[in-house]
Amino acid sequence: MKLLVNGREREVDAPSDMPLLWVLRDVLGYTGTKFGCGMAQCGACTVHLDGKAVRACSTPVAAVGSRAVTTIEGLSSDGSHPVQRAWAEVDVVQCGYCQPGQIMTAAALLTTNPKPTDADIDAALSGNICRCGAYQRIRAAVHRAAELKGGA
Amino acid sequence: MRAISRRELLAASGTGLIIAFVIPGRAEALLAGPARKPKPLPSPNAFLRIGTDDTVTVLLSHSEMGQGIWTTLPLLVAEELGCDWSKIRVEHAPAHPAYAHTGFGMQMTGGSTSTWSEYDRYRTVGALARELLVRAAAEEWKTDAAKLRVENGYVIGGSRRASFGQLAEHARALPAPTKVNLKPPEKWTSIGKPVRRLDSPEKITGRAVFGIDVQFPGLRTALVSRSPVFGGTLRSFDATEARKVPGVEQVVQVPSGVAVIATNAWSARLGRAALKTDWDLGSFAGMDTEKMRAEALALSRTDGAVAVSKGNVEASLGKGAKRLEADYEVPYLAHAPMEPLNCTVKREGDRCDVWIGTQFQTMDQQVVAQVLGLKPEQVNIHTTFLGGGFGRRATPVSDFAREAAEVTKAAGVPVKVMWTRDDDIRGGYYRPAYHHRVEAALDGKGRPVAWKHTVVGQSILAGTPFEAMMVKNGIDETSIEGINDSAYLAGVAARRVTLHSPRRPIPVLWWRSVGNSHTAFVVESMLDELAHAAGKDPLAFRLEMLKRSPRHAKVLKTAAENAGWGRAPAPGRARGLALHESFGSIVAQVAEVSIEPERDIRVHRVVCAVDCGQPINPLGIEAQIQGGIAFGLAAALHSQLTFREGRVEQSNFHDYQVLRIDEMPTVEVHIIKSGAKMGGIGEPGTPPIAPAVGNAVFALTGKRLRTLPFRLA
Repeated sequence: MKLLVNGREREVDAPSDMPLLWVLRDVLGYTGTKFGCGMAQCGACTVHLDGKAVRACSTPVAAVGSRAVTTIEGLSSDGSHPVQRAWAEVDVVQCGYCQPGQIMTAAALLTTNPKPTDADIDAALSGNICRCGAYQRIRAAVHRAAELKGGA
Repeated sequence: MRAISRRELLAASGTGLIIAFVIPGRAEALLAGPARKPKPLPSPNAFLRIGTDDTVTVLLSHSEMGQGIWTTLPLLVAEELGCDWSKIRVEHAPAHPAYAHTGFGMQMTGGSTSTWSEYDRYRTVGALARELLVRAAAEEWKTDAAKLRVENGYVIGGSRRASFGQLAEHARALPAPTKVNLKPPEKWTSIGKPVRRLDSPEKITGRAVFGIDVQFPGLRTALVSRSPVFGGTLRSFDATEARKVPGVEQVVQVPSGVAVIATNAWSARLGRAALKTDWDLGSFAGMDTEKMRAEALALSRTDGAVAVSKGNVEASLGKGAKRLEADYEVPYLAHAPMEPLNCTVKREGDRCDVWIGTQFQTMDQQVVAQVLGLKPEQVNIHTTFLGGGFGRRATPVSDFAREAAEVTKAAGVPVKVMWTRDDDIRGGYYRPAYHHRVEAALDGKGRPVAWKHTVVGQSILAGTPFEAMMVKNGIDETSIEGINDSAYLAGVAARRVTLHSPRRPIPVLWWRSVGNSHTAFVVESMLDELAHAAGKDPLAFRLEMLKRSPRHAKVLKTAAENAGWGRAPAPGRARGLALHESFGSIVAQVAEVSIEPERDIRVHRVVCAVDCGQPINPLGIEAQIQGGIAFGLAAALHSQLTFREGRVEQSNFHDYQVLRIDEMPTVEVHIIKSGAKMGGIGEPGTPPIAPAVGNAVFALTGKRLRTLPFRLA
């Protein structure tokens, strides 16, 4: 089947029920998208399908269809997306494993809600677990990203 | 090359003293010189390499697992070296005796020790390199080295300047200095100031390589089917259906179970699901949480191994004006780091490469070598980023490295053994469950005069290679730390602490803050009970007990003042406080809570004061305290493992719940620069939060919560 990943069309040879997560990681080598729970409970595998945040661990590859897949590697080529810049500025990361998923969820939130409140952020990101507990800085960084985006 | 001993390091501490060791054998290892062909492995005994391209590469003796050591150790080097911060590169060191922990003698990360244990060594590395570079410049310019200075990656003398890279070759040829001067604190330009993390660029772009991300041609992925009950043994298995799954290549038996080896993780998962196994579940199959709790309760009424005995506690309890008794309980807990455990092993003849996010390189190297019949030095440990550790990646028996070596040995191909979240939650190495029984008495003036404390819970160290060394007279210190050394209890005239360590087949392990994760909860909750029984303000009651501990008192007061203790909180809210010392640092927290309509405890704000001695990077300290609170709050509000018919009942984040962003309080961190000996920071933020929240709930509702996780109903 064909898959559009980060702007490139890829021919993928994988069983139709293989979750998008494993196609990205094990077939296409995009290891920035993480495995955390396998049942859409932790958000580490969050990618965009046509700009909307989805959990790749629970999305069979056959269900992707013609929708454009964006992974953390495709969010920007150099970490310059406003969410990534805000993340660096606010010094969010700790172990960093959940952060691709956090960033992808935050980026999708800001496309639909350019000025989220704390409550909006909590609601949008409550599906993304960070065991290191970087939540306070995640909140601050989403606000900062909103500013950076608004100013850009 | 000489091994670096702690004694020598201590001799070297302070400023201007003679350094009694040479960091890497000779200067050439310290300064690698021109951009040679990349070596397959970094020089095994170098802490620092300066390239002709001006890059300064710092090799980490400790693992980056979120705590920020990837930034802290380079910061210590840079303070002395005077390099350009933007030229710093960082790598995990390979496993080698040169990188042994300065206090523990093996290469490892744990016990909140990474910063203080390397404080002298990495500054010395930086100072040695600076000395060599300055000497090289002095020789080139035929001038006195004392007339030269170092600034932002350059050696400068009058109008002449040369970059570190330009001097690296020359410096490499020089003999290493035998003594260096470390800067006095008043000359520091970086230590103590906020510095952003060096690993952000990789971690926000998905480029950071965690163990699970290791890929190379020919690598296979394996999942292992393990006994559903701890201590069970495999009777037989039938792999017929598993082998039919596309992508599954082999099914092999290993000591821990049956491994399904496939070309990718998904096939391995389907293959394992299709595998039929028959287990002899063993005696633990009849066990459940209620039975274990009942056993612990019964034990808590008897005297255990004596850890502390001072005065006549029974007599003092009898004579007290008021006597209180309470039972506290905490459950088994999984660490649940976000990156599920994994380890990749590749063997080619007498060489073996292991990629692993580990806290215990030395153990892993020895264990893998033993499994494969190699010498430890034939096993190259490549430490990747750790997707969280919290103690789980520091197993004294190297459980997941051993298993990966066994699978690779049986399969004859390079294999990455991966754990699923279910494997992680059900796979053991938990924080043990504990039962605490406390009896205490107050005198006529409401002062504690007797404290009798019985602890019941599995020993973390029993059965490990550390047992002989670290368990003394039946006392596993990790079960009672925080009680026996409590600053509060030091002033109680009669006290007795005893310990029962029942043996169970459940694998147990240190979990962020180890024994303090439960002892702080019990001691600080019980003190609160006593304060209320004495009719005293909880802060005043504690300060009275801390009269001989001015550092502790100051930390507590700082947190209380900043939280507005003594002034009424918003309607519907109440505050609780707790103070606990662990890993050489003192932390106090004031939690402000309310009860939400659906009877949930909501923590709005936590004001925290920290005395960790000399702060190195305040930004990192703040992050660790915030994170430590989130970790402890998860255990206070949600997490627990229960057993039924010997099986763990929880399996993933839907039923083993941790803290999510919508429950994260606003945390305010106040750092006290006491000048005391440096302590740790990765763990001390965790212990006080559960009692601070429990004490706040009591202040709000009058209900004393003595079991974790807290349940109001």
